[in-house]
Formats: sequence, structure tokens, C-alpha cells
Amino acid sequence: MNEAWCERINPVVKNIPSSGIRRFFDMVAETRGVISLGVGEPDFVTPWHIREACIYSLEKGYTMYTSNSGLLELRCAIARDLAGSYGVTYDPRKEILVTVGVSQALDLALRALVSPGDEVLIPEPSYVSYAPTVMLAGGKVVPLPTTMEEGFSLHAHQVEAAITSRTKLLVLCYPNNPTGAVMSRENLQEIMEIVRAHDLIVISDEIYDKLTYEGQHTCVASLPGMKERTILLNGFSKSYAMTGWRIGYACGNPDFIAAMTKIHQYTMLCAPITAQMAALEALKNGRPAMERMIREYNRRRHVVIHAFKDMGLPCFEPRGAFYAFPEIRATGLSSEEFAEVLLQEEKVAVVPGNAFGSSGEGFVRCSYAASLEELGEALRRMAQFVRRLGVRPRVISTPTRPLLSRGTGMNAAGSARP
Amino acid sequence: MNKLELLEILEDNARVTPEEIAVMLQSDPASVRRAIKELEENKTILKYMTLVNWEKAGEEKVSAMIEVRITPQRDVGFDAVARRICRFPEVRSVRLMSGAYDLAVFIEGRTMREVSNFVATKLATIEGVVSTTTHFVLKTYKQDGVIVDDGEEDRRLMITP
Repeated sequence: MNEAWCERINPVVKNIPSSGIRRFFDMVAETRGVISLGVGEPDFVTPWHIREACIYSLEKGYTMYTSNSGLLELRCAIARDLAGSYGVTYDPRKEILVTVGVSQALDLALRALVSPGDEVLIPEPSYVSYAPTVMLAGGKVVPLPTTMEEGFSLHAHQVEAAITSRTKLLVLCYPNNPTGAVMSRENLQEIMEIVRAHDLIVISDEIYDKLTYEGQHTCVASLPGMKERTILLNGFSKSYAMTGWRIGYACGNPDFIAAMTKIHQYTMLCAPITAQMAALEALKNGRPAMERMIREYNRRRHVVIHAFKDMGLPCFEPRGAFYAFPEIRATGLSSEEFAEVLLQEEKVAVVPGNAFGSSGEGFVRCSYAASLEELGEALRRMAQFVRRLGVRPRVISTPTRPLLSRGTGMNAAGSARP
Repeated sequence: MNKLELLEILEDNARVTPEEIAVMLQSDPASVRRAIKELEENKTILKYMTLVNWEKAGEEKVSAMIEVRITPQRDVGFDAVARRICRFPEVRSVRLMSGAYDLAVFIEGRTMREVSNFVATKLATIEGVVSTTTHFVLKTYKQDGVIVDDGEEDRRLMITP
């Protein structure tokens, strides 16, 4: 590091702590034979019909810019999808913006709305990007810690207690990464009453909406009086296994979307047309493949919950996304120590919970976006590990044999991975 | 218990145990066993098999698809001839097709001569078979939903947020 150059860096950027999982990532990369439950993306590859449609679009010469807002046909398909799923209607011409993943949509929304010193409420543990993006936009992060005992749900009284004269925004992400928590409709309604009473705006990142296994997902924008004060973010990465395509969208009132589009047109111009063509195919014909993947995730979810119960690690039962967030305090280790020693001794990678905010300390995030065979082997190794650390289950359910320690390596979407 | 999902799991991997399925489907092993038994008894589950790549095992096999045209018979239609063809162990599958021919018959043998011999002496001579057209298989790319020699691997980063 060169001091002279470092001093030239914008202090806002300099003061953002570098990602907590960076060092751990390097450690994992250096270890051989690791089974990783640390991956925040589907283990399925994008369904072939989507890849094929994208190749076809390239053959036909779709290689140009699109309108700043994205292909109108795609925006119309997004509007239809949202109307069909949640009964919330957006005008594809004025209220939808296609972005480079939800990440960019989040950045645009925050930059368009946050003035210097504005406070942004963010439930914790949360996805790692929210706080830094708020800081880059000049805002102040106000974390709202959630606990396992409360099912990692956010409550209206917490929101109310955190509100000051500078509070402008509430960022929500349910189903949640890293906890797998979902929010009940009643709970959301109570929070939205507070939001309306204090004239706040909500940015709702619903990227995992389709991956809800119990009950119905409630779209924040569909709640009474919330459409105009919500910026709804969603995309194709998780539900259609399209992470690397970087394609998402934002929906909101015409004024917010126009402001975001202004930043977008000068900084990004438009999302790549190739990814937009693929996203269009996903919306048109992607449902059967998506449903197969969801059924598969749900089965693995049961396997994971069962395994942690058998190990004696308390684990909130995740109802969405593809993460479990077991508590590891009983091992006597911190989140980071647990992750590091587990990696060294058993070659299983998980993400330390404190990477998602200080309220994630004492937990680790385990992704079940891994084949049943890999998952079974990783859980077996984890069980060995916590047993050595003296953790004993209170009730033993069916410890007769290791779960899924072998098999053909095929998964339900038909995309085989060894 | 959701029987369709149970079948989906077993169709993908027949070696998953009732205990494992019970966890996945939120049931108990006894109910899973009972459901499987019932599906076996009513022939919904026909058989458990292993998909083998014989080429890798060093075994030479020749297979062919035979288009068979037949004269349907009164009362039984195509069934009588089709059932007759089914009986030969060399025949791997028999399907009634729409289009230019009637039956698509898959045959497996050790040599080309063996297969041709079977078609000429056994298949073509069955009463009611009007004609046969033999297509030898040159290479199998995908079988029963499995891509042979699939080079696809997990290319994801080990840790992502």
C-alpha cells in the first residue's frame, strides 16, 4: 500500500470496511477438497431453454443498445408477472426500469433518494451490500438487529423506536439472506402503518420471493397504500438460476423511476441486451424449470434442518431463500473461528454470521444450494466437528445412518453436476 | 404424502432410502415404505435399474432403431403384433408411433450381424409385419435424461455473499 496514493482516495470509499469474507474467501481458495456451503447462488446452471434463446438472439444480431429503461417487451412481461403473482400493477412505460442485477437497482434507488445525512433503517443480519451502498450514497446506516428467538423477523416497535427526524428509508429483504426468514403479512402491515405514519419510503429487495416454501410471499408494494412509497427490487438471479447474467429490475412511482433512470442513463446506459433477451425467455417459458428447482430446494431444506437438529445446533427453521443460519455458540467458538477451524479440520466452507452484521455473531450461514450428495457429506463432516467440540443433541431423531452419502449426482432440473 | 414428488425423487435416484425420503418430504419412514410398496404393487413403479455406460466398461454393443410397418388386425389392432415383438429379449423398447410407420423398435445386440440377423429372421417374418427399416445407432449423446460424458462442472466461486 502506498500512503501517497491512499490519501488521494475519496474518504467515503476509504472508510468503508472491506468485505469481511474476503480473507476467508482466500483461505477457502487455498484449501483442496473443500465442499462449500458458502455459495450464495443456485447450484443449477441456467435452464437450457433460456441459454438457447440467448444464443439465438445473438445469431439474429441482437447486439445493440436498448432504451435506457430496457426492452419494452421485457418491461411488459415483468409487469404481467407482478400483476399475476401479487396483483400489483405497474405501467411498463413509466414505472419499471431494467437494471444490471438488483445490486445496481439498489445503488440507483439509494443514490436517487438519499441526501447527505439521511438515515436508512436496515434490519440485521442482512445482505452485505446494503450498508456500504448507503454509505456511498452519503446516508447513515441505522441497523435494526433481529434475533433467532424472534424468528429473525422485524417488528413494528423496533422500526418506530429507531425513527428520527432524519429517517428517510427502510430497506427490507424478505425472504432473507442470510437467515432464510420470511415476514408474515400481518407483521408487514403493522410495519407499513408506522412507515406511512412517518412518511418513510421502503426499498424492498424481493429477489428470493419465488423461493418461499411455507405460506405465500407478501409483496410489500401490494399492501394498501404502499405502492407509491415502495421501490420494489427483483431480478432473475435466484429464481431462474441466472446470477452471472446480471439482470434485475426496479419498480416504483414514475418520479422515483425517472430519477433512477437519470442516473442509469449517464452511468450505465442500459442493461446488456443479451441478458435482457434471456430474461424475457425466462418470464415466457421458465416456470416449469423454476418449479422443479424450488421443489428440490425445499427437500434439501428439510434435510438441512433435520441435520442441525440431530447435531444439537439450534437453528431457526428457514422458510425462504436457500440458507440455513444455525447458532454455533454451544461450540464455544466465535463465528469466524468456527468457520476457520471447520475449514481446516473438515474441509467444509460456511460463511461466518458476523459478515452480515454484528447481530450475526454466534451464527454461520449454510447455503443448501448444493447437490443432495454434497450436502449430505458436508453435514456429516459438520456433525463430526461439533461433536468433537462437545455439542450433544438433546433429542436424537433418526441418527441411524448418514444422510445421502452417495448417489448419482443428478438433480431435478436435469442439469447434472458431479 | 405427495406421491408424485416421491416418484420424482426415486426416478432421479432409486438408491435414496425411505429414511432419507421421509426427511425430505416431512413424513415418516414407515409411511414412505408403505407408499413405495403400494406403487410397486400397482405397477406404477415398474423396476429399479442402473443406467450403464457400456462403452466405458469396454463392452461392445450394437443397437438399432427399427421402423416397423404392420397391418392392424381386427379386434386387437396393433397390440397383438406389438406384444409379440416385445417378447424377444433382444428388443429393448417398442412404441406405437404416429406418422410414416407404426412401431419404433429398439434392438440391442453384440454385433451388427446379430442385429441384422434378428431383423431378417425374426422380426420381418412375423405375420402382420409389412416392412422394416433398420437404423443403426452411431453414437449416444443423451439417454434417459442423462447426458453421456457431460463435461459440466461446478464453476461457482467457493464463497459468495
